[in-house]
Amino acid sequence: MREQPPEERIRNFDEVPYGYTPEEAIEEALRCLQCKNPACIQGCPVEIDIPGFVKFIAENKFRDGIVRLKEKNIMPAICGRVCPQEEQCEQVCIVGKKNEPVAIGRLERFLADWERSQGEMDIPRIPAPTGKKIAIVGAGPAGITAAADLARLGHHVEIFEALHEPGGVLVYGIPEFRLPKAIVFKEIDFLKKLGVKLHTDTVIGKIKSIDELLKEYDAVFLGTGAGLPWFMNVPGENLNGVYSANEYLTRANLMKAYLFPKYKTPIIKGRRVATVGGGNVAMDCARTALRLGAEKSILIYRRAREQMPAREEEIHHAEQEGVIFKLLSNPAAFHGSENGWVKEAECIKMKLGEPDESGRRRPVPIEGANFKVQVDVVIIAIGNSPNPLIPSTTPDIESSKWGTVITDPKTGKTSKKGVFAGGDVATGAATVILAMGAGKIAARGIHEYLKTGVW
Amino acid sequence: MVKIVEKEQIAPNVHSCTIEAPDLARKALPGHFVMVIPDKYSERIPITLSDWDTEKGTVTIVFLEIGAATQRLAELKAGDDIYSFTGPLGMPFEIENFGTVGLVGGCYGIGGIYQAAKALKSKGNKVISYSEARSSFLLYWNNKLEEASHEVRYSTVDASLGSRGHSHDLLEENLRSGEHFDRIMAVGCTYMMYKVSLITRPFGVKTIVSMNPVMIDGTGMCGACRLVVGGETRFACVDGPHFDGHQIDWDVVLDRRRAYLEEEIISKERW
Repeated sequence: MREQPPEERIRNFDEVPYGYTPEEAIEEALRCLQCKNPACIQGCPVEIDIPGFVKFIAENKFRDGIVRLKEKNIMPAICGRVCPQEEQCEQVCIVGKKNEPVAIGRLERFLADWERSQGEMDIPRIPAPTGKKIAIVGAGPAGITAAADLARLGHHVEIFEALHEPGGVLVYGIPEFRLPKAIVFKEIDFLKKLGVKLHTDTVIGKIKSIDELLKEYDAVFLGTGAGLPWFMNVPGENLNGVYSANEYLTRANLMKAYLFPKYKTPIIKGRRVATVGGGNVAMDCARTALRLGAEKSILIYRRAREQMPAREEEIHHAEQEGVIFKLLSNPAAFHGSENGWVKEAECIKMKLGEPDESGRRRPVPIEGANFKVQVDVVIIAIGNSPNPLIPSTTPDIESSKWGTVITDPKTGKTSKKGVFAGGDVATGAATVILAMGAGKIAARGIHEYLKTGVW
Repeated sequence: MVKIVEKEQIAPNVHSCTIEAPDLARKALPGHFVMVIPDKYSERIPITLSDWDTEKGTVTIVFLEIGAATQRLAELKAGDDIYSFTGPLGMPFEIENFGTVGLVGGCYGIGGIYQAAKALKSKGNKVISYSEARSSFLLYWNNKLEEASHEVRYSTVDASLGSRGHSHDLLEENLRSGEHFDRIMAVGCTYMMYKVSLITRPFGVKTIVSMNPVMIDGTGMCGACRLVVGGETRFACVDGPHFDGHQIDWDVVLDRRRAYLEEEIISKERW
């Protein structure tokens, strides 16, 4: 797919890949073998009829294609961009055994973008109201998906969002150059057209308890997402200029600090920015730093490139843009200036030892191999715990020792009657599509519960 | 979006703003705060809830006009909308029968201690409030605070009302002269709370301060409001904002407060 050249795009926040033209999309779609037993569908957490929509593209029937796609996935413009297809549908694609797999994600994005360019989106037919009311807590990927599926079954759905904008991580976390916010808001508009009511600025657990919600609604879904960031507990982590990834990205994305001073939320831009971590969020931070004008954006990761949890595409984009990778390195301390600003990261060189419980080889420090990196901004992107607000205010919802809400993976049921959960609050930090998959599973679980009344 | 029903400059540069928010009024407790975005372009800022009226369904905030966001908020009038207003957030104050409680309020914190004084008094405490400003014309809510407390002790830098100096000077004097307190609670600027914590430490009086670090989401997600309490990283938005002043690492707090000074100046110039 054609992209903005790296030297150009590091100076703007516009999207990196341009997307297919109709001709390119048809050509790509024609590569699909239309397998009798398509492995790709099983590879998809939301079970999209992939050969079905790809066939419509090949036949130049884009309208039919988008309808087929949206039967299973309310947010194709988002998923086409941020799903890790290389680990899911595309990984098991038969064409991929010998050649490049069919670019399912790009075709998905193409259809969604095509539909948006046509103006008004079609609203699916909604069955007669069931009279059941459902409260969704959190307007991120899990909540939005559950809301869409439940609304399409005729239930009355209301979403409660703590922030002033809906979208969750799609809006506060994922940068504009990877997922334009206009796309997210368009998909949320679609949700409103399905009859879903949205309440922003509403923190459930504070303004209303779960028990109060259960008096007004027949079921509650918790999709409260990420919580407090993890830090490394090394000296100097509270110096000025040291951010968590959540804070850095929230300032840049949700609060639009990249448009400062038109938007008033500041962000320390930094000439030499170090990001600690190796996941997608770390790549987003390192690439945002470049776009904010950093001369050097340095990524510090304690294992090797092969062990990075980030998507290959994200790592590749970061490399292309000139992010400097300091691999097998881990900060031991941050040193500050006299007035409390970070100026140096002291790192330990690591080597790979025996595999740990995650199956990845454990990094072990090499004695006496410390080195120093001059920095003026540091971003810690090593993950976060689930949001603490609901578990801490609802003692009868069981959570694990990691703070995640315990759910039945088949239905999304929690330990509290009428309450379901899914997404990062149940799994810990994961991907958008897994959260959407959990939203789908919970919607099925909720529908079943409301139909039968059996818990 | 919420509607402003009353807006008043209660002292030079200090504003009170009453907002229609019936659900919030029912849930508000002393020590809660709200996150406010005055208009679409502004920052999210935390503001302490000062008062509420469950019958009228309103809540009141008192704030100091100091940066770009509070300046914008100060420009709004009754009948205007506030772009975003979210709460109640944070943990409320611990309100028990402690015995004698000294409440120290400065700047926006004079409003911030008012409901705490009421609640503590109704729990049977003897409530002594300390209210301070540079001069008497900068004080506000004197009558309300006097009604809510057993006694209000004023301090002004120019000695136009009460003792000369600051509340923490007066509190220190009172402690030295042998006056007994079971608990001190302070709401106001960081430096005042730091001074109060320093002063009460040798007397062994448990001191709760209401921290006001920079916050972005205010709901336990971003980690901007972290501080070190008892050697551990804690988050003011969900673990606080009230902490034991003797356990706080004040060096970290005071450094972090200054982080955005330059940007604040640019924001105000380019409004």
